[in-house]
Amino acid sequence: MKRFDRNTLSKISLVLILVVICVALAIFQPSFLKTTNIFNLLRTTSITGLIAIGMTVVIITGGIDLSVGSVVGISSVLCGILMKQNGWPVGISLIVTIVICLLIGLVNGLLIHYGKLPPFIATLGTMEMGRGLAMYITKGRTIPSLPQSFTGFAQLKILGLPSLFIVWVVVILLGFYILRFTRMGRNIYAVGSNMEAARLSGIKLAPTICFCYMFNAFCAAIAGILLTARITSGQPSAGEGYEMTAIAASVIGGASLAGAEGSAIGTVIGACIMAVIQNGGNLLGINSFIMDIATGALVVIAVLIEKNKKRT
Amino acid sequence: MSESREVVRLEKISKSFPGVKALTDVDFSVNAGSVHALIGENGAGKSTLIKTLMGTYGNKYEGRIFVEGQEVKMQNPIMAKELGLLAIYQDVQMAPHLTVGENFFLGRLPGSGLAVNWKKVYEDAAKTLGDLGIEVDVRKRLKDLTVAQQEMVSIAKAISEDAKLIIFDEPTAQLTEKDTAMLFDMIRQLKARGLAIIYISHRLEELFEVCDEVTVLKDGQYAGHKMIADTTVDELVAMMVGREMTDMYDIQHGKTGDVALEVRNLTKQGQFEDISFSVRTGEILGIFGLVGSGRTETVRTIFGAEPFDSGSVLVDGKEVTIKDPSDAIACGIGLLPEDRRAQGLCLHMSVKNNINLASYRDISKAGKVNAAIEKQNAERFKESIAIKTPSLEQLVRNLSGGNQQKVVIAKWLCKQSHILIFDEPTVGVDVNAKKEIYKLIEQLIAQGDAVIIISSYLPEVLGLANRVVVFSEGKLMGEISEDELKNKPSDELEKKALMMASGFKSE
Repeated sequence: MKRFDRNTLSKISLVLILVVICVALAIFQPSFLKTTNIFNLLRTTSITGLIAIGMTVVIITGGIDLSVGSVVGISSVLCGILMKQNGWPVGISLIVTIVICLLIGLVNGLLIHYGKLPPFIATLGTMEMGRGLAMYITKGRTIPSLPQSFTGFAQLKILGLPSLFIVWVVVILLGFYILRFTRMGRNIYAVGSNMEAARLSGIKLAPTICFCYMFNAFCAAIAGILLTARITSGQPSAGEGYEMTAIAASVIGGASLAGAEGSAIGTVIGACIMAVIQNGGNLLGINSFIMDIATGALVVIAVLIEKNKKRT
Repeated sequence: MSESREVVRLEKISKSFPGVKALTDVDFSVNAGSVHALIGENGAGKSTLIKTLMGTYGNKYEGRIFVEGQEVKMQNPIMAKELGLLAIYQDVQMAPHLTVGENFFLGRLPGSGLAVNWKKVYEDAAKTLGDLGIEVDVRKRLKDLTVAQQEMVSIAKAISEDAKLIIFDEPTAQLTEKDTAMLFDMIRQLKARGLAIIYISHRLEELFEVCDEVTVLKDGQYAGHKMIADTTVDELVAMMVGREMTDMYDIQHGKTGDVALEVRNLTKQGQFEDISFSVRTGEILGIFGLVGSGRTETVRTIFGAEPFDSGSVLVDGKEVTIKDPSDAIACGIGLLPEDRRAQGLCLHMSVKNNINLASYRDISKAGKVNAAIEKQNAERFKESIAIKTPSLEQLVRNLSGGNQQKVVIAKWLCKQSHILIFDEPTVGVDVNAKKEIYKLIEQLIAQGDAVIIISSYLPEVLGLANRVVVFSEGKLMGEISEDELKNKPSDELEKKALMMASGFKSE
């Protein structure tokens, strides 16, 4: 029989956990398998799952990015302002939105590399500033009734699947490709494993670090756009707390906050497990606060198992 | 000195590590009110002896230890401390963010219940320091003091804990001359109070200022004992050196070619000054110097890991601008850093990734790594330099020290670097892997690479190099030429190198 390495093994066990939860839900609450429920589940998961992919890339460098929730807010507000108030075409509005969000990612990267700020502090700062900015320019109000040509996308089906899910799949594949097959991917793991050794091997740290935070901001920008299309309005408070969901999904999926460990696939499984638990709780009529407790416990247990496995 | 009392006596101490015998039947003793120096080259066994005495290795040693005439079987560092044995290490081991007073009473703060008696803390600390003539504000945080003051505080703390024996391990390495004088005054005071002192230093001339007697270790064995009054630096150096050269370092030197790397007047304030040397293709240049002599800083600067103030670097005769390691790598320079785990390897990554780490730019197209070439590279070097690993996907952290070092070497071979700088290449590597690394270096010069080897272990540099330059306190003190290396006996060469490394200019 073929032997699996440890990473493959822990991924298989994650998939098993996911399957067990799904089967249990399907037995106790058959409505879980209804197309509408599954599609709704996929739409919600896609938005936070998108950010989780970006977050994983950052976490692999040994960093953390608290600002992505705020970037979602800024992305949502910009969509509203540009399309509704400025009346710009949808395409241009989206491009401008993405570029501005990328700049926030760049600022994070520069503060961390050149400013030598701990990633936690740098992104805590941009998180507060970003949310404040989103609130300030909208005076805290939502921007309703965005153009149908934009919001319609969220209801679209591609190949019979929700469009949001398709976008997520594209970003998953992108993240997977970057981490697995590109030079940048190798550099990201190297920086996370040992920054000094990476530097002394000729890897340029500034572009590597900036890339990761910009990629994460890009994912958050897309998440913000999709969320806005789904709720048909620009929301300054959109994405609050998403950074924590993204970190949790990464960690459940095997990413280590110490760096150099984590994968796109693991994170996808992590995000799915979290989503299915929440959804199952709703279907079974369990108090949603209880489900928060369960999710928190899940994060702790996942890391406990991972850590103690390593010791042996 | 008929009434002198032995505080510590070590009899026939032996200590083995897997594969190495670090100490063999060493005798050593120190009297109350006396300063006994312990000297020897790097690897002679000084630290092993001290660590054995201080219980660092637990009870895993052979021989007998007597403290004040009573035989003890040392179990652990706590036991050593309770017996009144204390060591002051180079890096002062206290809590830098706490105040002097707090450090004084670390772990034994006076007071009742939860309340600390701060008045007592600061008054007692100030009194102890004052008695010793140390002027330090006890409410200052330790990190705001100078290194010398920090050392004084740790000495005073040792006294307040009723130490009978204090060990100084290279106490002057980071001190200015003025601070050194202050430290020596302090040591004389301690002596007058009847404490026993063991003093370890590479700077032999210092011994004549504060020590009473000296014991020399060589290759883990007792090599002699002298009263300081009856000896000279020359005689001590002669006792430290002189061993049979093993054929381990016996490698083939071929023809040397043009100058591959030249450094002119390289200077960095406070680190090194006016350093000039060159190395040719097919040549091994040895760099010898004590820790802190500026040798590692110099090569890190050449490699672009640190900035410098003035001077120039030439590769293959042309001046080059190196601002980042990537520039140096592009010029064909490779560096095996001093600390391979902290600086040379990505321990969480595979053997394959680490071998290719410096080469990804060359084996990628439009950002995509060519996985086939990546694998080929790894396989090629795994075979050619015999890296022992169950698979190329094995994480580097699971390899032995010698194999880890081979992975770092493979990284530069894979990058086809032709100027290789090895900083302490065989530290923490077993004897067989050492031999293999030397053979590898032999192959490198045979194919026309230029090699620089930095080592604190004299037989290694003298045995491998075509020429050796010696650093001391940031300056290049002199050179041992190819002629000398070929014709002079090894004792004489070691002596010359040690003299230069301790700061004496070569004539």
